[in-house]
Amino acid sequence: MLAQLFGFKGGVKPQTNKAPSVQLPIGQAPLPSCLFVPLHQNIGGAPNPLVVVGEHVLKGQLIGGADGWVSAAVHAPTSGTVLAIEEHVAAHPSGLPTLSVVIEPDGRDQWIPRTALDHRSLAPERVREILRDAGVVGLGGAAFPSHAKLTPARAVPMQDLVINGAECEPFMTCDDLLMRERAEEIVRGIAIFRDLLGAKRVLIGIEDNKPEAISAMNKAVLRLAEDYAVVAVPTRYPAGGAKQLIRVLTGKEVPASKRSTELGVQCFNVATVYTAYRALAHGEPVISRIVTLTGNIEQPRNWEVRLGTPMRELIALGRPKADTDRYLMGGPMMGFEIPDLAAPVVKATNCLIAGSPALFPASPPEMPCIRCGACAEVCPHELQPFELYWFSRARNFGKTQEYHIFDCIECGCCSYVCPSHIPLVQYFRFAKSEIWSREREKQAADAAKARFELRNAREEREQAEKAERLAKAAAARGSERKPAPASAAVLPPTVEPVQPVAAAESAEAVSPSDPDTVRKATIVAAMERARAQREAVKPRNTEQLTVEQKNEIAAIEARRAALKPEPAAAQGGRADSATSQERPGE
Amino acid sequence: MITALAIMALGAVVLGAALGYASIRFKVEGDPLVEKIEAILPQTQCGQCGYPGCKPYAAAISAGEADINLCPPGGMDGVRKLADLLGREVKALEAEEKPKQVAIIDEATCIGCTLCIQACPVDAIVGAAKQMHTIIEPLCTGCELCIKPCPVECIHMLPITENLDNWKWKYPVIEIKRAA
Ligand code: SF4
Ligand code: SF4
Ligand code: SF4
Ligand code: SF4
Repeated sequence: MLAQLFGFKGGVKPQTNKAPSVQLPIGQAPLPSCLFVPLHQNIGGAPNPLVVVGEHVLKGQLIGGADGWVSAAVHAPTSGTVLAIEEHVAAHPSGLPTLSVVIEPDGRDQWIPRTALDHRSLAPERVREILRDAGVVGLGGAAFPSHAKLTPARAVPMQDLVINGAECEPFMTCDDLLMRERAEEIVRGIAIFRDLLGAKRVLIGIEDNKPEAISAMNKAVLRLAEDYAVVAVPTRYPAGGAKQLIRVLTGKEVPASKRSTELGVQCFNVATVYTAYRALAHGEPVISRIVTLTGNIEQPRNWEVRLGTPMRELIALGRPKADTDRYLMGGPMMGFEIPDLAAPVVKATNCLIAGSPALFPASPPEMPCIRCGACAEVCPHELQPFELYWFSRARNFGKTQEYHIFDCIECGCCSYVCPSHIPLVQYFRFAKSEIWSREREKQAADAAKARFELRNAREEREQAEKAERLAKAAAARGSERKPAPASAAVLPPTVEPVQPVAAAESAEAVSPSDPDTVRKATIVAAMERARAQREAVKPRNTEQLTVEQKNEIAAIEARRAALKPEPAAAQGGRADSATSQERPGE
Repeated sequence: MITALAIMALGAVVLGAALGYASIRFKVEGDPLVEKIEAILPQTQCGQCGYPGCKPYAAAISAGEADINLCPPGGMDGVRKLADLLGREVKALEAEEKPKQVAIIDEATCIGCTLCIQACPVDAIVGAAKQMHTIIEPLCTGCELCIKPCPVECIHMLPITENLDNWKWKYPVIEIKRAA
């Protein structure tokens, strides 16, 4: 046990409303009629589709390959047929569509061949790769690819690995139930992360309103003879924020500008640890997650849900009451309202809450800020929300950054206490996304400017080179013309804008030493050079192609092979398709 | 009296020397005002302001030859920022504000004449003679300079639609509900 806990500033104690959803054990949600698996479920690169329409896929089969290092793969949640790869509404406050793989389950739920691995017998790089290709991301809600957080900083030795089981958000109980029912797997999973990071100490932080989870975790740690400390932290929202938990357990403060590895500490959610363990020890990629379904429904409960299940089908399991008028994804503090229930459950969906006017009464109208300072008192990051509010409202984004708007974790404590009912967090989200979009525009403008200047420089250079070439040709012609006065009479010596070809021709006309053979030899040599160059060029960016692109390339190759007997045509064809292949990636 | 004069004179000489030295030692290359103005301009390089690019327009503003409301892609936002920087009055934009757009080539119609490549100020078009051309969308600034030169009129402008990558949280508005 830890000798001492460090507090964090601020925080609030909203009603937890957790009791209804912990009455029943985790249920297995039935197979939905159709799955819509978005390819981009993580922060970072969007995975490429690796299946085609009509293909039969197995449960756990890779359908989206990770794009780059900070990205995570996506898998088929059950066996079935790919009906379409199309834009489908995303689990996002905007309700905009995202590229999704639509799978019709065949009901057999047939697994791919799975291999169990022991992380101790593998190189750390390999383990990270396996985690990436199993689609392991932060399941606390951020969906940041976990393997990218598993590289210790070179300069700072990794001190503490913090495992986040605090679950401070009201209504949410998915981590609580996971710890109660699957503590042993979590504890085994922690070993993977500890070994990868080389952490000296493992601290499991759980809010003290979950005694069952704490005792289950304690028992599992004892049974497996590990030296992890299970720490009960005081229940106060947002104790489960990664930065708050790190602060409470280790006393370290992580600024927005730094990564926590630079301070020798890293934090993972319990559900993430659990999926990492399933991925390595059972060869099961992330195809489902535990979702708390609660709020204004008859049967609140935690369900293990396949990713891609339409929210509507999941919600039907809980039988929403008649006066339900909205649904929230995530908790009431940090979540957002879902505009369309056709949206699927994704890796970031930790909780769905049915809302009713009685449960979430409409907030009274916004009043002017009275500068009471209540918001500043509860802000866990010691910001000054009223200042941020003022500047966001006035669209003075430079000032908001001076007041550290990017340190704000959008926890909602400030809006919760504001006596004037100002939706402060909404103003901060608005300001942040506005700043990001301006940053993007600025970058695009800078890039456009650089390209414009490069182009101008290139044009100038080309013009200068051309002028120089012409001058040289003219000079050459002038010197060669002297011994042949006949042609000099035809062309005055100071003609400039003549094509170099014309100059060469006239030069040949003057020097009578077998012009035809010389010219043929140069042409042959030039063709030879061009051919060699063509052959040296290998099409790049041919890794990570989608199936369709691969098929297209195969078709082109086949056509090319058919043209082979006619070498000239075949060569021409190759040059063309090489350019067209390189184009999309450029 | 003499001492006072001498002190003042000495002070003048010393300070003058210091200023003279500083002006040589810390000489600023280029015109910093032009650079500041240029940083505000959107770098679309479309020439709609009547100058052959954003930099010439910036130079013209700084020289006092041009007004600050001539750049349509910059919009009113740009005018406001310029007014802020230069301490001038905010004026209405000379032209209409348009949504951001990108050009798209109808690849089936393209005859590969390369004319649009030559027109594009930011090298956003790729293609080779007699081969289909295409526009690299993220690089296109939407300047419309490639539309005119195309002999088969296969280039169109498309407004950029909202997607998950460019979606923004909206300014909070309070819904006004009718009292029951
Ligand atoms: S709590 Fe609300 S009213 Fe009080 S200072 Fe903050 S924003 Fe203003
Ligand atoms: S939402 Fe941001 S400003 Fe408000 S209390 Fe939380 S961290 Fe502080
Ligand atoms: S109108 Fe604006 S974007 Fe176009 S060239 Fe002039 S300054 Fe640049
Ligand atoms: S592609 Fe056309 S519209 Fe886009 S930047 Fe180039 S010339 Fe302008």
